[in-house]
Amino acid sequence: MSSQALDLLTSQDYKWGFVTDIEQEAIPPGLNEDIIHLIAAKKVEPEWMLDWRLKAYRYWQRLEKSEAEPTWANVHYPPIDYQNIVYYSAPKAKDGPKSLDEVDPKLLETYEKLGIPLSEQKLLAGVAVDAVFDSVSVATTFKDKLAELGIIFCSFSEAVREHPELVRKYLGSVVPYNDNFFAALNSAVFSDGSFCYVPKGVRCPMELSTYFRINAKDTGQFERTLIIADEGSYVSYLEGCTAPRRDENQLHAAVVELIALENAQIKYSTVQNWYPGDKEGKGGIYNFVTKRGKCLGKNSKISWTQVETGSAITWKYPSCILQGDNSIGEFYSVALTNNYQQADTGTKMIHIGKNTKSTIISKGISAGHGQNTYRGLVKILKGATGARNYSQCDSLLMGDKCGAHTFPYLEVNNSSATVEHEASTSKISEDQLFYCRQRGISAEDAVSMIVSGFCKQVFRELPMEFAVEAQKLLGVSLEGSVG
Amino acid sequence: MLYIRDLRVSAAGHEILRGIDLNINAGEVHAIMGPNGSGKSTLAQVLAGREDYEITGGEVLYDGQDLLQMTPEDRAREGIFLAFQYPIEIPGVSTAYFLRAAVNAIRKHRGLEELDAMDFLGLLKEKMSLVEMEQTLLNRPINEGFSGGEKKRNEILQMAMLDPKLAILDETDSGLDIDALKIVANGVNGLRNSERAMIVITHYQRLLNYIIPDFIHVLVDGRIVKSGDRQLALELEQKGYSWIEQQLQGGQPVSS
Repeated sequence: MSSQALDLLTSQDYKWGFVTDIEQEAIPPGLNEDIIHLIAAKKVEPEWMLDWRLKAYRYWQRLEKSEAEPTWANVHYPPIDYQNIVYYSAPKAKDGPKSLDEVDPKLLETYEKLGIPLSEQKLLAGVAVDAVFDSVSVATTFKDKLAELGIIFCSFSEAVREHPELVRKYLGSVVPYNDNFFAALNSAVFSDGSFCYVPKGVRCPMELSTYFRINAKDTGQFERTLIIADEGSYVSYLEGCTAPRRDENQLHAAVVELIALENAQIKYSTVQNWYPGDKEGKGGIYNFVTKRGKCLGKNSKISWTQVETGSAITWKYPSCILQGDNSIGEFYSVALTNNYQQADTGTKMIHIGKNTKSTIISKGISAGHGQNTYRGLVKILKGATGARNYSQCDSLLMGDKCGAHTFPYLEVNNSSATVEHEASTSKISEDQLFYCRQRGISAEDAVSMIVSGFCKQVFRELPMEFAVEAQKLLGVSLEGSVG
Repeated sequence: MLYIRDLRVSAAGHEILRGIDLNINAGEVHAIMGPNGSGKSTLAQVLAGREDYEITGGEVLYDGQDLLQMTPEDRAREGIFLAFQYPIEIPGVSTAYFLRAAVNAIRKHRGLEELDAMDFLGLLKEKMSLVEMEQTLLNRPINEGFSGGEKKRNEILQMAMLDPKLAILDETDSGLDIDALKIVANGVNGLRNSERAMIVITHYQRLLNYIIPDFIHVLVDGRIVKSGDRQLALELEQKGYSWIEQQLQGGQPVSS
């Protein structure tokens, strides 16, 4: 492997590392019941919401006392001091902005710099955006247009106020507050996030997206996303995320719940680009996230596509509970670890209904001292007659200081099930590089091209705009060849 | 165009090329023949810039520039093309995409505008007919699952697209049946002109029935031991390489 090419590819600057100078309103660091009361009060939440938070907090506290923070993942980091984190920080504003005209221009500028214009004249055609800045949603575009179709797309806080019946029905129905350590923490302190409901038979005409931005120092971001696709509906949802360059690690512990009713489809795509830390492994985001979808109705489908290039540590397993008969779960993933990044990521496919089907395509790329782990569970329950799974896990190693690990778990309790697993590990060969360079392609472009070829099966699952961004993130000049 | 003087090359401490001298002018086609292990492919790889070899002596001038100081991509951009003996597979990268990236990298270097998708496709289709290549290959990952003949035709297609000044064909005939050989040779002949030089490396004289060289050089044990015209190839075909090797061992000066 040409070290020159590697250096070029892997030394690209993190372009999103700037800090927005804006007056923030934050609560003191630390976590206790008073803090939770304070968060709930700031958000003017109903009693039931506060009760739920407190239940979650008490559960989390028990776990913390018994040192039950999960340690099974193949990642290593010093203990996190949960009393040292600020759990709520928001740009100062009198009231929540009523329209985009009222959003602080500094925030608009920030998102514009990130390539996510929010102002009416510059909106991305065909993409509605909910912009989350630290602990709060600062703007949601195309809301009215979507409302005409009965689609609800708003911040989580607004949903709690305006659509409590839907939130109460589904909140925690896929990821209960006591699901795991980080999910419990999130349930206690989550401050905002996105909410989406697509009514019966409606095909959402545009991509919905949330752009998460961490800005404030010493702050954790704990958001929740809840998406409900009612019978026969379809929605494609995207999320993106970036954070400033800082020497301290920051915690991001999100929860995403998806619910697909009969014949509904949810396509959920992520381009995760949190600050990964510097070349020596200093700083970066700890991305400890619980994402799960439930195919509740017959013939429903949930598809996860993720491109994970950021974060110092990623701990994340977007999963599908295939409850409805004939339901389908998909997981397409590219995870890149460079320098001292660590990723332990994969999926769980839980087959409950008959003739349920799942596909797992995982592509891990390790460079520098990066450590990349695929961890996946395929579980076929007794009643899941005719269930099928296909898993493919490929690893690409760049250099000789990085690592790739694969932990596939299989539990099959129905003899009619078909489960296939394929795995491969490869390196970019000198021969491939030389072949490209002999054709006039620079070493840097050659590496990008080979890497993006390796990821193609996943990239083609992304909506076009995101495929472009994802390729760029991997250092690729696109030239219109995706798909 | 190409001036090689006393080129010496080693790999893993073993000397493979032991003083090569060669002069090539625009418009000329030179064939390099020789038994297995004589250093033919090493010469091709070194000229194209493969970094696994150690240059222990001599010099190579290409259009007056010190070729050995140039990166592989710069050599390609300056017009050196190598048709690989074993073309490489790149999973997930389509032939069309690969070719467009290559064409545009070279055009950019030459100060030309990059081709957009439409113009590129037009040019590609025109050149594909030269090597009778199927269009479906364009959307497949480059060289992946291609037959031997398809791989070699793809190399010639790339040569046609990249419009090199100096083309080096490394055993382009190996593994081809007679029909495929004719197609490839026709493709190569269609690219011969007074501006372009070619080095055709082959083990067998068979290819030289179709691509008729101006000069023939015989490489044995890292040295060019005999040079001549097309007659030499026919003589080799009859008498085999052992004829020359025997002459060398007998200490006789080699002449044709």
